[in-house]
Amino acid sequence: MKTVSPQPDIAVIGGGNAALCAAIAAAEAGARVVILETAPKPYRGGNSRHTRNFRCMHRGPLGPLTDSYTEEEYLADLMKVTGSKTDEGLARLAIRSSEACLPWMEAHGVRFQPSLSGTLSLARTNAFFLGGGKGLVNAYYRTAEALGVQVEYEAAVTHLEIDDDRVTHIEYTQTGETRRINPKSVVVASGGFQADTDWLARAWGPAAKNFLIRGTPYNRGIVLADLLGQGVEQVGDPTQCHAVAIDGRAPKFDGGIVTRLDCVPFSIVVNKNGERFYDEGEDVWPKRYAIWGRLVAAQPDQVGYVIIDAKSLELFMPSVFPPIKSETLEGLAVEMGLPPAALTKTVAEFNAACGDTSGFHPTELDGVSTTGITPPKTNWARPITDPPFYGYSLRTGVTFTYLGLKVDARAQCSIGDRPVSNLWAAGETMAGSILGQGYLAGFGMTIGTVFGRIAGKEAAAHAN
Amino acid sequence: MQTEFLEEARRQAEICNACRYCEGYCSVFPALHAERAFSDGDLTQLANLCHNCRGCYYACQYTAPHEFALNLPQALANVRQDSWEEFAFPRAAAHVFQKSGLRIALATVLGFALLILAMRAIASAGGNGFYAVMAHNTMVAIFLPAFLFPLLSIAISLRRYWRAVGAGPLRISDLRAGFAAAANMRDLKGGHGDGCNFEDEDRFSHARRFAHQAVMYGFLLCFAATSVATLMHYVLGMSAPYPFWSLPKLFGVSGGVLLSLGCIEMIRLKLKADPKLGASGATSGELGFVALLGFVSLSGLALYALGQTVLMPSLLALHLGAVLAFFLLTPFSKMVHGFYRLAALVADAQKKKG
Repeated sequence: MKTVSPQPDIAVIGGGNAALCAAIAAAEAGARVVILETAPKPYRGGNSRHTRNFRCMHRGPLGPLTDSYTEEEYLADLMKVTGSKTDEGLARLAIRSSEACLPWMEAHGVRFQPSLSGTLSLARTNAFFLGGGKGLVNAYYRTAEALGVQVEYEAAVTHLEIDDDRVTHIEYTQTGETRRINPKSVVVASGGFQADTDWLARAWGPAAKNFLIRGTPYNRGIVLADLLGQGVEQVGDPTQCHAVAIDGRAPKFDGGIVTRLDCVPFSIVVNKNGERFYDEGEDVWPKRYAIWGRLVAAQPDQVGYVIIDAKSLELFMPSVFPPIKSETLEGLAVEMGLPPAALTKTVAEFNAACGDTSGFHPTELDGVSTTGITPPKTNWARPITDPPFYGYSLRTGVTFTYLGLKVDARAQCSIGDRPVSNLWAAGETMAGSILGQGYLAGFGMTIGTVFGRIAGKEAAAHAN
Repeated sequence: MQTEFLEEARRQAEICNACRYCEGYCSVFPALHAERAFSDGDLTQLANLCHNCRGCYYACQYTAPHEFALNLPQALANVRQDSWEEFAFPRAAAHVFQKSGLRIALATVLGFALLILAMRAIASAGGNGFYAVMAHNTMVAIFLPAFLFPLLSIAISLRRYWRAVGAGPLRISDLRAGFAAAANMRDLKGGHGDGCNFEDEDRFSHARRFAHQAVMYGFLLCFAATSVATLMHYVLGMSAPYPFWSLPKLFGVSGGVLLSLGCIEMIRLKLKADPKLGASGATSGELGFVALLGFVSLSGLALYALGQTVLMPSLLALHLGAVLAFFLLTPFSKMVHGFYRLAALVADAQKKKG
């Protein structure tokens, strides 16, 4: 065991948005800060690398945001997606603080851009980072280092020793050595446990082994498990994760945004037996992609197959991998490893159930539906008839897990009803306090920024 | 064109088109996001729109070691470099010089030799200043074809380019938009106005943009000096040497200083930048070209400073030799990028308007 010198005042565990906001806030309050990032430098930043925007309350035009987005409207949106499973006090705190965060982010190097093509619906509510989340992460590392924050990469924290009501030391491994530091304050911002597929499988069931992880492979929940094991208060459903349906050919980890597939509403989706299993046209895709993550997870081998024909090919955002293509349905079935007879039968039944398609409208709920089949398709139901036919496989892609550390309005952790005097948490690792279920685009970055800054300030105040 | 470069650029463009996070950086991304599939012509146009500012590379979550291994600046640089060789007239000359600083240097030495030979072989019939060393008519006989041939060659190349990218008839408004974008190097500002990522990884700076502006405007001032002097010679009957407070000297000296400083800074930046984000194997040719351009301006300034000394005839031979090599190599060296860049910006303005 090697004791590191000089000892920092504050250790921030993690290297994503929340960790960086905490480190910057603490350094600006005069503390000596070290960031312990478990990833190597090219993969620094956790899931923040893959983010693209920040959901921000604003009473009038602000930066790239138009019009206004009030606290009540923001909260209503959150209530809708979480089914009111939230801590309203913390939620309001995050929402209210978000307005001041945007200029803070700009002052610390983050640059915004107009809403991306294909995301116009978010132009009022979400501020997009120029270059995406990695651009934000780069800017924050530059800012933090200019403030004297020490950054340690490939520093994997293994244990926080808690004695009574305080963390006495931290152990981490780096370049094969175990090291120990005794900071006065500790901020945990090291995400959830979704990259540990064994843990996922224990929580969700063996099917989780077939899930893809959309973000960083470094969120293995090691610090989270260590703290929960020592009785630190937890929050969020330990068995649940946020998952969406993504391109089945995506890499196991870190596929990020490009693996999304927006074609389901214009398709039929079958399982590996060639059978449909859910209404593909229930609602617009941004409101259904999360449900489909669960639907696919419930199918044999946790895989689905999207089938479209030539007339639908250009109705959705381009996919990262080209679709599988064939002049005939039988040919497509063979190429996709589906039973040809079953697929052609399913398509024939579906086609026969389609009616008048003259009202077809790809961007609205058009009511063009099937009659007489189960499950129905209630919008955008056009027969699959025009060759060539195209197919994509769908798998469940995990975004984040809900289980986390319970915090109060000062981002402080507790054991029982006693606060741990020098332990704070920010970002995905405490987001379950506010996001009981579901997800609201750009809200993860809001939670990370707001609670990162709070945790950094509190940790510095304690250390000074 | 080389299919492996096009295939790689296509693979990467398809990934970019599914992501779109970089939309605000420069002109490349809105143009890229307007397509669903990428023809060779589309990729050639995107490649020549790209200013190699590298903003997208450092912001990209898919760069190596990620398995997608995106490096769009290099993928486009390779297509771009290849397109200059492919569209050059004659093609073989571009193959010889584009990527080789050594051959550019050899051509320059040949230029020196030719000028010295010309000075020795064709005696001046008397005259003032430089014309005492080389008659005005001899200079014109050498430099007029050396100036007109590159113009013809580049015109042919641009025509080939225009066809390859499928651009339509030229409109004045598109020309205006293209020149405006080039004049302030909008695409090196990085969308946010903080500049590009050339010399220090993800740190934004205006160093390259300012250096490039110094080179471009310095060169244009020198060119203006020569043009004004030509007019003064033929229209007003005023022959060189001109006093300091005259347009040719004012343009020439200020342009020469700007150009020299710009070239030195460009070389410094180039040596600091990561070569893996530029065209493969092109660094030598690029450095060779900037060095030649810098030598043209420095030798011009030296000639001005030492024109009254015994060094003048040798300096004149060096300067004119370098100018000769520079002119003749323009279609076949990095110099040609300016013409393609302008064409790409004009074509982009055209496509945007539809």
